[in-house]
Amino acid sequence: MNNILLSKKGIIDLHSLKKYIAHGGYEALKKALSMPPENIISMVIESGLRGRGGAGFPAGMKWKFLPKEREITKYLICNADEGEPGTFKDRQIMEFDPHLLIEGMTITAYAIGACRGFIYIRGEYDWIAKVLIRALKEAEDHGFSGDYILGTDYQFCIDVFRGAGSYICGEETALLESIEGKAGRPRLKPPFPATFGLYGKPTVVQNVATLSSIPFIVNNGPDAFKTFGKPRNYGTMLFGICGHVNKPGVYEYPMGTSLKKLIYEVAGGIKGNKGLKAVIPGGLSAPILKADEIDIEMDFDSLIAAGSILGTGGIIVLDENVSIPFVAQKAAKFFAHESCGQCTPCREGTNIIKFLIDRIAAGEGSLTDIEQVLRLCRCIKGSTLCAMGDTAAFSIETMVKKFRGEFESLVK
Amino acid sequence: MKNISLNIDGKNIKTVERKTVLNVARENGIYIPTLCYHPRTKQAGKCRICVVEVKGLPGLRVSCSLEAKDGMEVLTNTGRIIETRKMIVELYLSSGRHNCISCEGSGTCELQDAAYHLGIEKSSFPNMTKDIPIDTSSPMIIRDMNKCIQCYRCIAGCNDIAVNEVLDMGFRSSRMTVVCDTNKPMGKSSCVICGECVQLCPTGALTERKSATKGRDWETGKIKTTCPYCGVGCQMYLHVRDNEIIKVTGAEDTAPNYGSLCIKGRFGYDFVHSHERLRSPLLRKNGEFAEVSWEDALDFTAKKLLEIKKNHGPESIVGIGCARTTNENNYVMMKFMRAVIGTNNVDHCART
Ligand SMILES: Cc1cc2nc3c(=O)[nH]c(=O)nc-3n(C[C@H](O)[C@H](O)[C@H](O)COP(=O)(O)O)c2cc1C
Ligand code: SF4
Ligand code: SF4
Ligand code: SF4
Repeated sequence: MNNILLSKKGIIDLHSLKKYIAHGGYEALKKALSMPPENIISMVIESGLRGRGGAGFPAGMKWKFLPKEREITKYLICNADEGEPGTFKDRQIMEFDPHLLIEGMTITAYAIGACRGFIYIRGEYDWIAKVLIRALKEAEDHGFSGDYILGTDYQFCIDVFRGAGSYICGEETALLESIEGKAGRPRLKPPFPATFGLYGKPTVVQNVATLSSIPFIVNNGPDAFKTFGKPRNYGTMLFGICGHVNKPGVYEYPMGTSLKKLIYEVAGGIKGNKGLKAVIPGGLSAPILKADEIDIEMDFDSLIAAGSILGTGGIIVLDENVSIPFVAQKAAKFFAHESCGQCTPCREGTNIIKFLIDRIAAGEGSLTDIEQVLRLCRCIKGSTLCAMGDTAAFSIETMVKKFRGEFESLVK
Repeated sequence: MKNISLNIDGKNIKTVERKTVLNVARENGIYIPTLCYHPRTKQAGKCRICVVEVKGLPGLRVSCSLEAKDGMEVLTNTGRIIETRKMIVELYLSSGRHNCISCEGSGTCELQDAAYHLGIEKSSFPNMTKDIPIDTSSPMIIRDMNKCIQCYRCIAGCNDIAVNEVLDMGFRSSRMTVVCDTNKPMGKSSCVICGECVQLCPTGALTERKSATKGRDWETGKIKTTCPYCGVGCQMYLHVRDNEIIKVTGAEDTAPNYGSLCIKGRFGYDFVHSHERLRSPLLRKNGEFAEVSWEDALDFTAKKLLEIKKNHGPESIVGIGCARTTNENNYVMMKFMRAVIGTNNVDHCART
């Protein structure tokens, strides 16, 4: 545990540049600047690092899609919106080890040839934004960011951009619109950000934990990274475990760690020794797992095979007393409220799903209402403009399908 | 452009690259419903009703934004596609107040068409209408946002075609709605009443105040003509019922305006039926105007002009062309002044 991202956990005042350097900080940046940028990209591809923001797309591959020409303006954006309910991993890095992220971003920007970076941080994290701004100032003052980094002629400056409280702004193209000063609504794709991103320029958007893994890979090489996890799912994951467990918190474990182990050993088991009813394994958008389905390895591929997703690794543990229709009601309310409104299946569909589940939960629903919820979920999946509608439908559909009895008992 | 061939619904189609699947399908007589797509505002990807399935690609794809590629295999009416389209129409019918019986849009409404083609009489989802007050603040346009299907066409028209930058989408989730400026009533906004948005609206959300209850689209004859207001010569259709113009729309398929009109061309047609309008030439006799025939009027004018030319020389006459006539008329007027009168004193009101 705590191998890559939280390796310096427990060090007092780690957020200060002095402490960060004293514990080996910015060594990776020095090493990176002595390498040709392509070699860093190859290293990251070789490590198999996949995005930690939810979709698990291979990071190095994404960088390769960018045009090679140095003179083309390119942007690097760190997605620190962390809006997914049940997710609180990125803040651990940014609040306690901000220089790790800055170092990861500066190396990545060097590799892809970006001149300018943004950290798009969720509005509610105002104190963390301050931590980042302070750390950036310190890094700039000491030549780790800004102009003439480490005495070279390489320049890269980072701005902290605070969101205004909308979940959809975590979707990478809505995020770009938001930085441009427009309403946060996802763009139609293609074109993808790698060709048409911020202000129309090639852009890479990457999650906090993805970027913070880069210094380790540069320092220790791809093979060291691959000693954690399993094929196609290398490295470690920050699992944020919450809900009815004895020791909720953020824990770093290799990809592929058993969910059962995470709940019963790492997080100390279920509160009050109650039974387990269900687990939402990767933030609210991840389809729910029943208690008998938790004998599973927590990595991208295993969860897809089990009909769910690893998502953000935010594990929500629900004990035997939880009513799943109640959980579905909360989820539906969230999705209906956060839909950007741009496309019909998501805008109107999530609104009606919320209405129907509220009616069912209030004991005023009917079997037809349950069928209608399932029909809506089935049609919303695969027909929306961005992944938000898809995942909302997938998550609610799974709750209704796996716990249909609970819904039916409410309508009879 | 490179030739490509693709297969839609089992039909092999040869075409050229850089076209959307929607357009290729339409060119080949394959019906795919659309709501947010309009040839003038192009792809939007908002309504999702034009979904198709493509072999080898996951999920459904919106054909309005999908480039046709060589070797593509497309299906446009599988069970999954029809189920999704039905859901979309039912979602609209349950969230909006679509009372076709009295709606001005009936007959030209694209939502009505989609519901008809899919055989949907009413939505099986609960009624989610919101009862938004109708905005009647504009002198010409009535905005009923209860009928808005959030297609963005009016927004694209106002911002990208007319470039008046009044409209935008405000709010989010099911509360999302079109707003004028910072959510002002249209009549108090910076709207210049060009009507671009009304013509692009696929439903009865934006309608013309003056045309209300004057006749359905299928009851009117459409007469193509040139706008009488200025030399640009915008092409337009007069919508005529019982010999009365009840509406004017821009002709979308021809230069110079491709559907756009300005406030005068679109809304300024009342004069045609005005009782104060001159119907024959007037000649002042003994200080009073009296109606005369065209022959008499022209004879009188010609006689007077010749008299002035003879007594005072051609330079004493000036001709001023009118911006409300066509280029051709102005050309003839210029020729007349130079060749018949014999002066270069020619000017035009648009220059002064
Ligand atoms: C509705 C929605 C919300 C999202 N929110 C976040 C978020 O808060 N943080 C994040 O890193 N990625 C989020 N994503 C994923 C991003 O779109 C994008 O895939 C990611 O930032 C890419 O970085 P990665 O490859 O490093 O994961 C969200 C996606 C969707 C569809
Ligand atoms: S799926 Fe939802 S959030 Fe995504 S574009 Fe459509 S309405 Fe917006
Ligand atoms: S009438 Fe013209 S200016 Fe006014 S909102 Fe419509 S398109 Fe914009
Ligand atoms: S007012 Fe009409 S054109 Fe504008 S978004 Fe609504 S339905 Fe579309």
